[in-house]
Amino acid sequence: MVANSFARSSEMTSCQAKTLDMAHPLIPVPTPETQPYWDGCNQGILRINRCNACNDAYFPPSPICPHCSSTDVKFFDASGEATLYSYTIQQKPPDLWGTQGPRSVALVKLLEGPMLTSSIINCEQTPETLRLDMPLQATFTSFGETTVLCFEPTEEQQ
Amino acid sequence: MIPPGATAIVGAAESTEIGTVPDVSSAGLAIDAAANAMRDAGITAADIDGFTCGYFPVADMSRQLGIFPSWADNTVVGGCSWMFQLRNAIAAIHAGYCSTVLIVYGESGKSTRRLGQSGDAGQRGGIGQQFDMLHGGGQAAATFTLPVLRYQHEYGLSDEDLAAGAVSQRAWAVDVPRATLREPTSVDEVLDSPMVAWPIRRAMCCLVSDAGGALIVTSADRAADYPKPPVYVLGTGGALEGGPMSPAGVREPLRPEFIRTSGEAAFASSGITHSDVDHLMIYDAFIHTPIFGLEGLGFVDYGEGGHFIAEGHTAPGGKLPMNTSGGGLSYAHTGAYGMLCMLESIRQVRGEAANQVPDVDVALCHGWGGYWSACATLVFGANAP
Repeated sequence: MVANSFARSSEMTSCQAKTLDMAHPLIPVPTPETQPYWDGCNQGILRINRCNACNDAYFPPSPICPHCSSTDVKFFDASGEATLYSYTIQQKPPDLWGTQGPRSVALVKLLEGPMLTSSIINCEQTPETLRLDMPLQATFTSFGETTVLCFEPTEEQQ
Repeated sequence: MIPPGATAIVGAAESTEIGTVPDVSSAGLAIDAAANAMRDAGITAADIDGFTCGYFPVADMSRQLGIFPSWADNTVVGGCSWMFQLRNAIAAIHAGYCSTVLIVYGESGKSTRRLGQSGDAGQRGGIGQQFDMLHGGGQAAATFTLPVLRYQHEYGLSDEDLAAGAVSQRAWAVDVPRATLREPTSVDEVLDSPMVAWPIRRAMCCLVSDAGGALIVTSADRAADYPKPPVYVLGTGGALEGGPMSPAGVREPLRPEFIRTSGEAAFASSGITHSDVDHLMIYDAFIHTPIFGLEGLGFVDYGEGGHFIAEGHTAPGGKLPMNTSGGGLSYAHTGAYGMLCMLESIRQVRGEAANQVPDVDVALCHGWGGYWSACATLVFGANAP
């Protein structure tokens, strides 16, 4: 099953790569191994890996478990729940974010364990609003021609 | 295990000019530094049989220098690549692959924007490019610094005490003729400098400079053949953790294992203890990295590094002189500062530094690479045990 999903995504990637090769260097370019994650983004689903051998969830996507080296791994739909571990507020973001104002760059810890680099959106980009350990939920937004994962405060905080 | 002091630095030099060097490329800075190091060692390319340069295709650079090596490396792990390469060169020399290694670095980080360089971790389709760069990975001030706020929150380090690190490094740079920034500064001035990525202000960020540097390393039994007193390599360490565009992969960001691993290897292989260290360099890409280095290397406990610096222990007159050139914040920082970091340690052991610390017998040098995905620790000594 896993091998099939990589093989299927490989075909999609080679088509996409032709157009994305000309794109802005910040536009993520999927590989066959990461394509299921990016397909998830397009569907509004946070899809990360879990190891069938040791059951650990991990990120970024990879065909081998970084904890036990098993290659018996799968993609699964993560909860999208996370907390804010740390962040900065970048004063001059890249143009692709479509904002002149400051924006957050964050370390976000997923409920399932992995830490990832992300952005907190749909809220004030201030230290008063962005509180360490605040609960977050996954959200997806346009970034150039692609759809990317970001996080936002959970609904009860909005 | 290679014995402490079995290998020595017999040539060491920076490019003739550093800082803003508008008419020299990255390769030109590397070649200039290599020429200076060969002059320093009293040798020519014909005497060199091991070669590594990191940011250029290795044969492009060896060919230009007229070196035909029997061993080459070119490990690239970011800013501390040349520290890793020194460690690898030591192993190669003692394995018998070569006898005399030239390690070359040049980076026109400011003037030509790294024209002709290689070694980019942001390649399309790379993990960092897909998952870190869009959010800020590659924009170092916003991303390398991500652990700072957490550190301040966990350990109660005030903005003022954080800023003090930039003040003490500037205090060193005042007396360094080749340093870029030499006017004394203050905590207020650091905190009044423009915000770059809250809580990080411009004066908490490294410079953007042009510079080159080069080392020549050989076995200690050959070191007496060279004109300068040898700088012995007493011990080394190195480790990787996480990925090259963001600290997100460091498993415990406030107690990073890779720093501990590298430091423990350097102390064990050199046989020194912390109290033996007369002079310390900890690569300051941003204001927080010396704090994390002091803690991870075991000079202070976790949570104490920021206060230790704020109390002046690493400043001029302090008990642990650190970053005596002014560091990446005030001396020069090209993009990859590891070579310049080592060269200040070597000047200190040779007794040639602008801010010469008296009687440096043991100098420890710790550097970072790829944001926070690599580090290396080197122990240099004036004497072989």
